[in-house]
Amino acid sequence: MELVDLINALPGAVAQGLFWGIMAIGVYITYKVLDVADLTVDGTMCTGGAVCAVMMIAGHNVWVSMACAVAAGALAGLFTGIFHVTLGIPAILAGILSQLGLYSINLKIIGKANEALPSHVYDVLVAIKYNKNVPITENTIFIVAIFTIVIIALLYWFFGTSLGCSIRATGSNQNMSRAQGINTKFNTVLGLMISNGLVALSSALYTQYQGFTDINMGRGAIVIGLAAVIIGGVVFERIFKNFALRLLSVSLGAVIYYIVLQIVIWMGFDTDLLKLLSAIVVALFLAFPYIKKEYLPVLFSIKKRIAIRKNNKAALSAKGGAK
Amino acid sequence: MLEVVGISKTFNKGTVNEKKALDKLSLKLEEGDFVTVIGGNGAGKSTMLNAISGVFSVDEGDILIDGLNVTYMSEFRRAKYLGRVFQDPMMGTAADMGIDENLALAARRGKLRGLGRGISAKERESYRELVSTLDLGLENRITSKVGLLSGGQRQAITLLMATLKQPKLLLLDEHTAALDPKTAAKVLETTNSIVNGNKLTTLMITHNMKDAIVTGNRLIMMNNGNIILDIKGEDKKKLTVDDLLQKFAVASGEEFTNDRALLS
Repeated sequence: MELVDLINALPGAVAQGLFWGIMAIGVYITYKVLDVADLTVDGTMCTGGAVCAVMMIAGHNVWVSMACAVAAGALAGLFTGIFHVTLGIPAILAGILSQLGLYSINLKIIGKANEALPSHVYDVLVAIKYNKNVPITENTIFIVAIFTIVIIALLYWFFGTSLGCSIRATGSNQNMSRAQGINTKFNTVLGLMISNGLVALSSALYTQYQGFTDINMGRGAIVIGLAAVIIGGVVFERIFKNFALRLLSVSLGAVIYYIVLQIVIWMGFDTDLLKLLSAIVVALFLAFPYIKKEYLPVLFSIKKRIAIRKNNKAALSAKGGAK
Repeated sequence: MLEVVGISKTFNKGTVNEKKALDKLSLKLEEGDFVTVIGGNGAGKSTMLNAISGVFSVDEGDILIDGLNVTYMSEFRRAKYLGRVFQDPMMGTAADMGIDENLALAARRGKLRGLGRGISAKERESYRELVSTLDLGLENRITSKVGLLSGGQRQAITLLMATLKQPKLLLLDEHTAALDPKTAAKVLETTNSIVNGNKLTTLMITHNMKDAIVTGNRLIMMNNGNIILDIKGEDKKKLTVDDLLQKFAVASGEEFTNDRALLS
């Protein structure tokens, strides 16, 4: 429990947070903008890395490999979209179906359960060893931060266009959107494709960083994504109003999540229980608005409630006595 | 302008809840007609408007807007020709978006939504002017989220959105029903000035018989999915609420039952 151990682990935690921050921005687009809970991401969080690793091992350039990873993710989003809007399957189920199907597809892409992508053999953009002691331009945190900023800038521009605005309208009010001539089905599919494309990009970068792709990489990704969205929202909602800053808060939410995780590990928490911890934390955050609305007033009026109950009891027994 | 030819719609076909909402209904609107629609509970008023808007497809019959057969056209494509305001003030606007952004969405109705700006500074100024005509003080909060506005303010904005791009047909589905009497009167006044100012062909459902009589140039009454009364011009001006109730009883052989109409 040396403090220096924690400090040494922090750059890694920040980097990991930034990678997952890109994924969480993808989740934000479906969960917050489109108002759809898309579980496809558990599958695409592996697909992107699998495609990227396999292509790089086959000798392709890292940029081409990442572009194909994004395309593969968008394709997964397309299928979820088709399941949902053209075949009428509820969004959550459509995502689960894609996620399950992707497990087989991911296995076929990798060819086995995992595959190494060692950073000393392949020309990767980011790697654990680039966290420290390298020029700033090769530093992992710097590179992922640049990726994040470019993505936020692009999304900020896109959601300000006529098409982007119509996607926001689709998420806000489908009825009104159709009445204003907006193709809500197309927009939902497009939103799912953009979201899953981003998740796949995050996956491709993260695979390079950790030096391998693994079939289980995306398990529970949606929970981490939601955690980042919610933490970012809670911490920054009062100061970040603008859409670009909201996206930034999601990325920072992921960084906070991983720093807290690192602290918990440093304190000696059983790492087997980490996913359980994540699930509980996310459940609490998701429940918070409801708890605030339903149970907090009870707490504040508890004295009055007890007094009323006492009086009522007394009144009832007085009546009973009178009979 | 609008031609509805023998449309029928049955909901929950083959179940105990089967309901024939529209029964071979036909209606023809001339350009510039401002028609008020009244009728009892479940008469098919809203169903007719929703059928025209394409919320669902009809079982039989045809719907023509300005000579164009839109019977099988999807709701969002048909929107190009229609302006719509709903009964629920929450339904006509995007709550998470600004007043200006909502109007900008409406300004692009029927156009391809590409990668051009969703709203320009110049546009925002023109919306500020437009909104000031409502006289609700909204021009000073043009970028406020619509979700922060009252029901009446939202209906007024929806009305502007429905008419920003001149529609071939304006459909108002009891758009003042959810408002308090004072706000309802104000929204109806705005409706009149917009419809008359732009000479819009309009179908307006209302539960208020007085409003139905004094508004527009034609009144139709519905019962059991069909039109049982159609009064135009001079005859309409001379109508009274009692006349309407009596005519309803004669035409349908039933008492008029519309909770809100009778209470208002």
